Amino acid sequence: MRVLAVDVEKRLGNFAIAAAFATEGRATALFGTSGSGKTSIVNMVAGLLAPDRGRITFGGMVLFDSGKRIDVPPERRGIGYVFQEGRLFPHLSVAANLDYGRWMRARPRDAAANRRVVDLLGIGHLLARRPGALSGGERQRVAIGRALLMDPQLLLLDEPLASLDAAKKREILPYLVRLRDESGVPMIYVSHQAAEIRRIATSVVLIDGGRVSACGGLDLLDAAAADMLA
Amino acid sequence: MIELTPDEWVAIRLSLWIALWATLGALPAGIAVAWLLARRNFWGKAVVDGIVHLPLVLPPVVTGYLLLISFGRKGPIGAFLADYFGIVFSFRWTGAALACAVMGFPLLVRAIRLSIEAIDRKLEDAAATLGATRSWVFLTVTLPLALPGVIAGMVLCFAKALGEFGATITFVSNIPGETQTISAAIYTYTNVPGGDAAAGRLVLVAIAIALLALIVSEWFARRAGTRIHGE
Repeated sequence: MRVLAVDVEKRLGNFAIAAAFATEGRATALFGTSGSGKTSIVNMVAGLLAPDRGRITFGGMVLFDSGKRIDVPPERRGIGYVFQEGRLFPHLSVAANLDYGRWMRARPRDAAANRRVVDLLGIGHLLARRPGALSGGERQRVAIGRALLMDPQLLLLDEPLASLDAAKKREILPYLVRLRDESGVPMIYVSHQAAEIRRIATSVVLIDGGRVSACGGLDLLDAAAADMLA
Repeated sequence: MIELTPDEWVAIRLSLWIALWATLGALPAGIAVAWLLARRNFWGKAVVDGIVHLPLVLPPVVTGYLLLISFGRKGPIGAFLADYFGIVFSFRWTGAALACAVMGFPLLVRAIRLSIEAIDRKLEDAAATLGATRSWVFLTVTLPLALPGVIAGMVLCFAKALGEFGATITFVSNIPGETQTISAAIYTYTNVPGGDAAAGRLVLVAIAIALLALIVSEWFARRAGTRIHGE
């Protein structure tokens, strides 16, 4: 597995992020309370937010390096991103949304890959619809499919279940587990829900107040969850 | 049904022709300026914003006069375009279209800018993570989502161009068959004895065109709206 190494500093108003971690997990969770800076960190990995200082590399490729003035734009990073609120293109059909990344990256059409992802996520019956006509859970599944079908080298998922109710979460979790096991794309999974992370993640990075407080296995969650309740 | 004289038909056709070219000519620049004002921060943005809106608040005669001294045969821009490209504006229908485009430009930019500002930038970010360069983001996400605003702006610009009088008559005068639009023709007819009937007919035509334009634009905007937000 390729290593994602992040060492960044960023000031946002009077909140400061200074986070450093490296991971080569199949599914790495960024775990912390709301407002601890998790989303900002994945935005920096995606290239949507420029760090003030630091360095981000993935599998030996430098994505950002303030010292060498390298800042690869998001469209050239090849990193898929599933946003908390889906962010499907409202003017395009589900099929066109799914195809968007392949089209923009000028990749040949791959019907087999397409069918595999559509089957994996169970969205075959939605292809002709518009995002406006989808339920929350369907929308998130399409968003996951869209990010997968761009053929990413890394997949970022920022609280993909946060906007869903408990039943919908149960509906999508198995898809995420299959995704981890079958897609072969390493995942960074942001969440403040320990239960979700236990199902999906293979390693954990704890984020607290913009800093990394610990890195390790799933056992970190027990201590962290106890802390968060205390 | 009202009977129109050939001269009146000429004025009507010319008006529509000039308004059409004014709108189409202003559109690319209008979209570009609207995008800049909505999405970019740059030094002198307030000045650009002010200049764009100037024709809206200046007396049209002043705008026409400024066009005359800059785009006229002896004006610096007019002379340059005439000498190197053979493009002449003064006392031609092209000049009328230019005057109308300038007068309609603020309305065009305003409508497009508002609709671009209303688009969630997060969708543009999402497109970038999917591999879209800045220009592809604009073409595949921003512009289609701004389409209702673009149509509304074009209709406003077209309507403004149809009704334009002050700047046009100052810049390119009132020449039948070349620069005499409906407005200018009505003005002429009301100044000659016995012209009331002709003026009245053109007034009815102007009202009909304006109503039709409004209905068509409403229909387009509704259609674009449902296209975007799904059934």
